[in-house]
Parts: sequence; C-alpha cells; structure tokens
Amino acid sequence: MGQPRVIIVGAGPAGVRCAETLVAAGLRPTVVDENRRDGGQIYRRQPDNFTRPYAKLYGTEAAGAQALHESFDALCGKSGGKIDYLPETLAWNIADGELHVTHNQRTRSLPYDALVICSGATDRLMPVKGWHYAGTYSLGASQIALKSQACAIGRQIVFMGTGPLLYLVASQYVKAGARVAAVLDTSPFMRRVAALPKLLARPAVLRNGLALVMGLKRAGVPVLTGITPIEIKGSPETGVQGVVIRDNRGNERSFECDAVAMGYHLRPETQLADLARCAFRFDHETRQWLPETGEDGRTSVPGVYLAGDGMRVLGADGAEIGGRLAALAVLKDFKCPVSDDELFALRARQAGMERFRRGLVQAFPWPAQQAAQLPDEAIVCRCEAITAGELRRTVCDKGAQEANRAKALCRVGMGRCQGRYCGNAGAEVIAHAAGVPLEQVGRLRGQAPVKPLPIAVSEEK
Amino acid sequence: MSVQKADVVIVGGGIMGASSAFFLRKRGLSVILLERGLIGQQASGVNFGNTRRMGRPIEELPLSNRSREIWLKFRELFGDDAELLLNGHLRLGFKPEHEERMVRYAQDAQSFGLGMQMMSGKALRERYPYLAPEVMSGCLAPYDGHANPRLAAPAIGRAAVREGAQVFENTEIVSVEKEGEEFRVTAADGRVFRAPAALITAGAWGDRISASFGEPVPMIVKGPQMAVTEPVPYAIGPTIGGIADTFEQTVYFRQVARGNIVIGGGGHELPDMVNRRAYVNPRRTLMTLGNAPRVVPALANLSIIRVWSGIEGYMKDSRAAMGPSGRVRGLYYAFGFSGEGFQLGPGVGDVMAELIATGATSTPIAHMDIGRFARAEAVA
Repeated sequence: MGQPRVIIVGAGPAGVRCAETLVAAGLRPTVVDENRRDGGQIYRRQPDNFTRPYAKLYGTEAAGAQALHESFDALCGKSGGKIDYLPETLAWNIADGELHVTHNQRTRSLPYDALVICSGATDRLMPVKGWHYAGTYSLGASQIALKSQACAIGRQIVFMGTGPLLYLVASQYVKAGARVAAVLDTSPFMRRVAALPKLLARPAVLRNGLALVMGLKRAGVPVLTGITPIEIKGSPETGVQGVVIRDNRGNERSFECDAVAMGYHLRPETQLADLARCAFRFDHETRQWLPETGEDGRTSVPGVYLAGDGMRVLGADGAEIGGRLAALAVLKDFKCPVSDDELFALRARQAGMERFRRGLVQAFPWPAQQAAQLPDEAIVCRCEAITAGELRRTVCDKGAQEANRAKALCRVGMGRCQGRYCGNAGAEVIAHAAGVPLEQVGRLRGQAPVKPLPIAVSEEK
Repeated sequence: MSVQKADVVIVGGGIMGASSAFFLRKRGLSVILLERGLIGQQASGVNFGNTRRMGRPIEELPLSNRSREIWLKFRELFGDDAELLLNGHLRLGFKPEHEERMVRYAQDAQSFGLGMQMMSGKALRERYPYLAPEVMSGCLAPYDGHANPRLAAPAIGRAAVREGAQVFENTEIVSVEKEGEEFRVTAADGRVFRAPAALITAGAWGDRISASFGEPVPMIVKGPQMAVTEPVPYAIGPTIGGIADTFEQTVYFRQVARGNIVIGGGGHELPDMVNRRAYVNPRRTLMTLGNAPRVVPALANLSIIRVWSGIEGYMKDSRAAMGPSGRVRGLYYAFGFSGEGFQLGPGVGDVMAELIATGATSTPIAHMDIGRFARAEAVA
C-alpha cells in the first residue's frame, strides 16, 4: 500500500511530537485541533497580537513551550508546510474509517488509515454545594483566561481541590498580580510524604512543585492541606461570595472571595476513543474508566492510537514522549522503518514518568468520599441542575444502579457537556447510594457530537 | 437450580412486556417478566416518543384509542410521570398530493375521534409563525401528543412490581420450550421459569422465538437516527412531522418540557446485533440537520448536543405480530411493532392481559395475527 493517511487530533505536546515524528519518516499527517493556535492546554499560545514573553507565560516550563511551538512552526512552514493543519476544527464523530470534522459551520469527513487521538485532559471535578454560582471555574478554565487573554477570573480568588495544577495555577495567578485568598487542598500532607519514593522518579519536577508551594507561602497565601470543602457561599444575583471548609483539625473556616477555581487532578478526554469504539477498562487506582491501551498507544481498534493526557495523565513532557511513541507505532504497523533504539529509549523514559504519575495519584487522591457526603441539595449535574438528592432518589426509589440508567431516568449527565464534568462524581454518588462498587456503575456511553454541533452546518463534499 | 412458577411468563421487558405484566396482575394472574437488560432499554426507551394516533392504519385506531385512554391516566395507574404533553400532532405537506393524502386520511379516520383539522399554509403560519413558507398545508390532530420513552416503560415496570409481578432484569434467555402443558423458559445462567402461558414481547428478538415454535416472521432490525438540541424556551407546541417522498427527507420533531427539541428522521441504520448496540451514522445526522430548517427555519440557529439510536424490529408489512400463536396453545405474541409501538404499548398490555385472562378481546387485532405470514406463504 502507499503512504498511510494519518490524522492526528490535537495540537498539544502529544499531537505536535507525533506529527513531527511522522514527518521525519516522510509522511504528511493531517492535524485537527479545536484551538485557534497550537500548543494545547499547558503550552497554550497567546493570540497573535499578544506579546508576553515565554518566561512570563510559562515560568519553569518556558523552554519546553518554546521548543514545542518552534517545532510546530517548522512543520507548518512559511509556504506549504509538511502537514495539513486544521485549526479551530472540531472532530465531532467517527464512523466507517472517517473522522467527521467541522469548522466555521462547514463539515466534512476525512478518511484515515491511522487515527492518533491526542485529545488531552480536563479537570476532574467534585461537586460542592454552591458550585453552580457564577464565579466558579475549573482550574483549567482559570488558566486559559490567564494564558490566552491575560484575565483573572476574579478580584479575590480561592483555589480549591487537589493535584499539581492547583499549585501551578495559583502560582501563575500570584505572579500575574491577582489576589489569591487561599489554596485549599483536600489531600492530607502525609499522603505526599508517603508518595515521595515514587515522586523522586522525577526529582526536577518534584523540586519545581515544592518551589511553587514555597512561593505561594512566601507571597503570604494561606496554603491548607487535608481540608474538606463544605460550601461555596453566594447567590444567583451576586455569584460567588466565599468558601467554607473544614480544616485538617476539624475547625470550620471561611474565606471571602468572588471567584473559585476548582479541580481534583485531571481526567482524560475519552469521547473520541469511545466513538471510535475502543474498549475501556476500569482503573482502580484513579477510580475511572479509561481506554484500554497496548504498547505505545495502540487501542483495541486497529488503526486507532492514543497519546498524551487523553490516554493517561503524564503531563506535557510525558505527552511529548507518548506522541512520538504513537507515531512510531503507526509507522511500525504500516511497515515503515523504525529505529528500535529510539523506541526503547522513549519507552524507558516513559516508564520513569509512569512511576511519577502513580506517585501523584497517591499524593493527590480523588476525594471519592466527598460524593457520599454531598448534601442532598447540592447540584451534581450543572447542565441539567440535577441535585445529589434527586440522583439518590433515582437510585433508591427507581432502582437505577447503572450510570446510563440513572441518566435516562433523571437526566444526570444529559446536558451539553454530556457528563464530562459531572460523570465521575455522579458515578460515585450512584455507587454510594446503591451500595455497589464504583466499577459496577459503569460509564456513560459516549454519544456524538463530541461538542454541540450547529444545525446550520453544511456538508463540504 | 432454581425454578420459578407463575400463571404467565413474559419474555421481553419493553413497554409491551411491562404493561402486559401490569395488566395481568390487575386481572389477578401471577406473572414473571424476564428482561435481558433493563426494563425499557431498547426500542421502548430510545424511540422518538410519539403518542400520536394520526397517520396510523385505520384498522389500528381502535387499539390506539384504547391505549390513549391509558396514557391519559398514566400517573394515576402507574404512579409516576412520563412527561406526557398533549399539545397535538401536526402533519405538514409541501405539495398538493400531500394535502390530498391528508384529506383522504382525515375522511377515512373520521369516526375515531381524532378531531383532525385541515389547515392551509396561511392559517398554519398564523397559528405557528415559525413554520417555513414552503409549508402548503397541514393537518392538526389536537388531542395527540408525545411522552418521554426513557421514563415510560421503566415506570410501568416499577408499577408492575408494586402490583406483584416478579421482574427479573439482566436475565438472558436461551430457550423457550413447551413441555406438556407448561412453558419452560431457561436463562443463560441455568435458572428455569415455568408457566402455562407464555407471552413473547421480545421486540427485535421476537422473531427468533416465534421461529423456534414454527412461526417465522419476515422481520428486519433497524436503528432509528435521533438527535436533540440544547434546551430553549418552549415555543413549538405540537409534535411536527413533515410529509416526505423519501425516507431520507423525512423529518419530525417535538419540544420536551425541559425545552430541548428532539429531532428524528433521515432513515435508519443496521444495528450491531452481536453487541446489541445501534450507532448513528453521521451522514444521516447531517441529512436530518439539513431537513429540519426546511420545516422550521429558526432551527438553524440551534445546535444539537446528542444523537442516539436503538434497535427496533420492523415487519415486512409494517404490522406487528400480536395475538395468540397459530400453532401452540398458551403461547402469545406482541412484537415487531415496526417503529410505531410506543403509543400502542399500554393498550397492547391491556389487550394481551384481557386475551390471556379471558380468551378474547373486545379490541380488534386480527390484522396483526401471526398466522397471516404462514397463509401468505401457503398462497405463494
């Protein structure tokens, strides 16, 4: 056969390195990306007319960001380029070996021999009473506001949740001159100590993380660990007015603020893998369903590959390696020559990162117990305004012990985000109310379109 | 090995099976209802949600009317809400022959109480200003409406349980056999269920069981192609179906109380019967998105947030197999409702319960007799 037609979804670290590796092997991949510019989330590029320097935008990650952007610029070239790049393009469905993409109210289908999904991750969110008030953002969204538009989400901001991003975004806000009222971490400090042997797999990253915490404290930001969120105070008229938590000694404490950024580490964006009919498995460690992957990002579906945080959350540099590995897997599967030395070296580096990843999961656990303690009046599904109490009644009175069944009977996860934000927490609420293991609750089936599709789209032949 | 016994064993827990179980209990018979997945999960749960009578074959209207009476008492009978909205059903024509077709139907169905009113394009646009200028004529059945398929069959199933039916979900059936005067239904895990009467309400899988009793039916499976918009303020009112000359041009929609507009049409796809999944073909989604604004131009301002499909059984002559078996005493069928079963569901349950309990029914269902296929075969 001739050269395989390869489509890469996502122009973040995984997608860019995947494209680069394929181009080096003489292929011309198509790169489909939702964003206006390349870089993905963590290396998001600012709009063309913005001029903040790399060091200011990306801090300790400046060198990585600049290298990635330069690589991508080289792939695009001044004239013609070495890839077909489709920015601001949504991949909304997959069927019969074709990726359906839409851009500017036009849609078309792109046939592929190999599809590499580098869809990245979004915040994993745990509901708290009051999180539907205006002024509650995910950590990722807070970071986008800052990186892309140089805007803060509020005048006085509380960062609540857990995971490395909590400290990173809070630090970026402090650096940008925003008032950070507090950083409130649900993970107990001792978990970090226990995870140290694994975290030492990447001493430089660990050092950077510790420096972020030190920097926050130096800036006078209260940093609390082992907290339990109680409520986001506010009203529909005023939006967010404050955060109430219980600290690690059991004392109730309040922090005034007009915005909250929340996130409990990350969850891979897996809808495209689902629409490609990839098999999923339950990951006990992180308590979520993930696509089954074999070596180097191969999925259960021949011709469909995963790389980056959309497969497993290793962070930006892990994603770069994952993107290269997926490219090598594509090349190997299509009988193109591949350097085994390169392959083994990349796998070895990835193994070290995998150890670190497990350290992070241990240090910053998903606070599953909070779902059980969520008051009945707290909203779980923000799109459809379904409360924990409603969901529990659906489980207990109507016997819905499975995620899709609960969705069918009470609309939880049925709104425009299709459960991407509430799915994890909703499943925990169901499992607890039904008294069954989380795995048994299953996962929400992926349904196209990946994001809302305008009825006015017209098909490009 | 456990053996369960009852007066009637029902195979298939869609809306037909669930309502049959409910009404059999109302008549005092003991019931076992067996469902491979969850109650109302297949065609009963994923269909468009029409509870219209207009447009049905004339011979089906008595059953449809009987069902309507039950729909009207849904909450009272089944103790829960199925989001029934009786805002009327509006059929729209775009050509003179469409109007002729509607006029003829309105005359033929005159005595069935549908209250149909023919309307000119002008009158339609005065009453429903959102309709496209291309709409030439329409027929409004003001008492028809729609309900939520996700809720209806499960609610009936729960009511059946409250009435004392034994419902076994997640119970895959491997065989239905007659042994002496009893039916023996065997589950994949070895459980056995016995009853002197068996009712097959297995939808798209019903033909396999009827064939095993020597009564094959010409049935194919199809997956409807549905889509739904984001919620918007309530504006549409009736369920709307545009008359089309091809399946591909077909489009129909309804706005639910929450505000979302459910859109169907664009033909069907073949489901994956091995994995029991039905997928939406993106090309059909695009066809439907192209067709919808031709009826209501303002739909072009909205986005769809979800598409879905399901597994429905379609008979060659679009009529179900409903009634007693022609070959086996005590065996009954109610399956293959060919994409039109949701509205009929509660009525079918009521009629089947009557038939099984008393040996006869006051509602004419002879046109759905399974024996017609064997007779057609014999003639050929």
